[in-house]
Amino acid sequence: MNVIVCVKQIPDPALPGELDPSTNTLKRDGKLILDESDSYGVEMALQLVTAAGGGEVFLVSMAPNGETSGLRTALAMGAAKAVLVSDPSLAGADALTTAKVLAGATKQLGDADLIIAGTESSDGYTGTVPEQLAEVLGLPSVTFAKSIEIADGTLKVDRQTESGYDEVTCSLPAVVSVTAGVVEPRYPSFKGIMAAKSKPVETVTAADLGIESVSWAQQITSVEDAPEREAGEVIEDDGETFNKIVEYLDNLKVI
Amino acid sequence: MGIDNIWVFAQAADGVPTTGTLELLTKARSLGGNVSAFIAGDGAGAAAALGDHGAAKVYATGDLAGALPGVAVAAAMRAVIDGGDSPDLIMFPQSYEGRDVMSRLSVKLDRTVLTNSTSITVDGDSVTVQTPIFGGTKLVNSTFTGERPFLASFRPKSFVAEGGAGGAGEVVAAPVPDVGAAGGAKVTAVHVEETSGPKLDEAAVVVAGGRGLGEAEKFDMVESLAKTLKGAPGASRAIVDAGWVPYSYQVGQTGKVVKPTVYIAAGISGATQHMVGMKGAKNIIAINKDKEAPIFGVADLGIVGDVHKVLPQLIAALEARG
Repeated sequence: MNVIVCVKQIPDPALPGELDPSTNTLKRDGKLILDESDSYGVEMALQLVTAAGGGEVFLVSMAPNGETSGLRTALAMGAAKAVLVSDPSLAGADALTTAKVLAGATKQLGDADLIIAGTESSDGYTGTVPEQLAEVLGLPSVTFAKSIEIADGTLKVDRQTESGYDEVTCSLPAVVSVTAGVVEPRYPSFKGIMAAKSKPVETVTAADLGIESVSWAQQITSVEDAPEREAGEVIEDDGETFNKIVEYLDNLKVI
Repeated sequence: MGIDNIWVFAQAADGVPTTGTLELLTKARSLGGNVSAFIAGDGAGAAAALGDHGAAKVYATGDLAGALPGVAVAAAMRAVIDGGDSPDLIMFPQSYEGRDVMSRLSVKLDRTVLTNSTSITVDGDSVTVQTPIFGGTKLVNSTFTGERPFLASFRPKSFVAEGGAGGAGEVVAAPVPDVGAAGGAKVTAVHVEETSGPKLDEAAVVVAGGRGLGEAEKFDMVESLAKTLKGAPGASRAIVDAGWVPYSYQVGQTGKVVKPTVYIAAGISGATQHMVGMKGAKNIIAINKDKEAPIFGVADLGIVGDVHKVLPQLIAALEARG
């Protein structure tokens, strides 16, 4: 069984984000890392392939400047190879364009039984790409999976809902988006890291995928500062500060 | 031509529309023109409340027979649009189903989507939505530039639901056409995680715990304080991911958005992803042992201290008051 995982390489979320002043889109020209949200999908794919008794995990990604640092992390975890779409014309692309591009990239890898993505990226968090990708490919999809099993060629998913979860069955091939925490992502071993350096990453442009013209029907018109929330009183606990909280709640008449 | 025809993707549980749905209908009717709701199921039970909030018409797909709404509702919407009723704008709640339907429809119609919005402005033919980024410190204004309908989703509590718009909406059948292989997913069982006390996103008091609690068992303190204050317990993503509490407890960008009278953050540092979900609280109390924690930047009352000491003292003091 072959599984394709969509992974995003993002600016380190621990660093303050920055907007490009000319386009008002997120600056993505520095070093990028594997989005932690996608490490769950990579791990899930590796486990499913192992459980199936054979097959490979492939990666697709879209990033500027031929950036592969994040892909190498996923390859070090155990993925076999990757297709990276890197094309200046895609800078600032919307979710729909991204889905079309990723759909094109998956076709470079041949027929897969399953495509896995995170529910949303940690930087843009539009949260629509997995379902859009499924529609572009004409596949069924299950979003917000918190567990995945494959038995007798059928996908079984526990899908998060607002009030609990649903059990869902789905025919294959399919697209599934996984929530954080669906599995515990492994740390790449030293051997894995060394092996990843020589694993194939095919870098292509949108045109290579047969996507001739790209444009999107939205424009950022302005960015403004949100009204600041003022910090209040901050006090060191001296063993009596709980009284301050009681007093505060009392003033609000919630007790 | 203005924005004369607006649809709202409506969600309901047991025939009762969700608050998020009613918020969007209220906003849609303030923008003027015709407002219709589009709902999965027969729509009969919900039509009165939907109409009361502004939907003159309720498109209803009929029973989905276990199909996930994403594929089915988007296909039904596409069929109505092809049939001649083409809206200028479709508003979706930022919910699991809202996202799925919007995503599928976006491809079917080849339209962009703008998600996670918290406000919308119509100026003549131009529609602009506002989305908070960087943990809500910046607001991005984005304008649709292409063909209609424009597709946008909105976070819960972006608008206030108000009834009084009129009688029940007229239910119009919008059956789901054949969707082929894309319809291969079926719900076989539904599980509801029971919670006692008020709902997290409606409670006047929310007590939320984070990694600073140290271990899963210590979440009992959070539940106990929430119960004492007749509030709801909540959690940061970190401890949901760690499996300490169910996902339904999560407050934040990918969890619930809460705006209680009081939010008590216990052992929560205040990651961007969490702050987005609770910054709208009227009052914030934070207890954390790291005085540099970002949560103190938004707290009205911050206690730099050990939650394992402060919470038991606080619970005892409140219980002593009776």
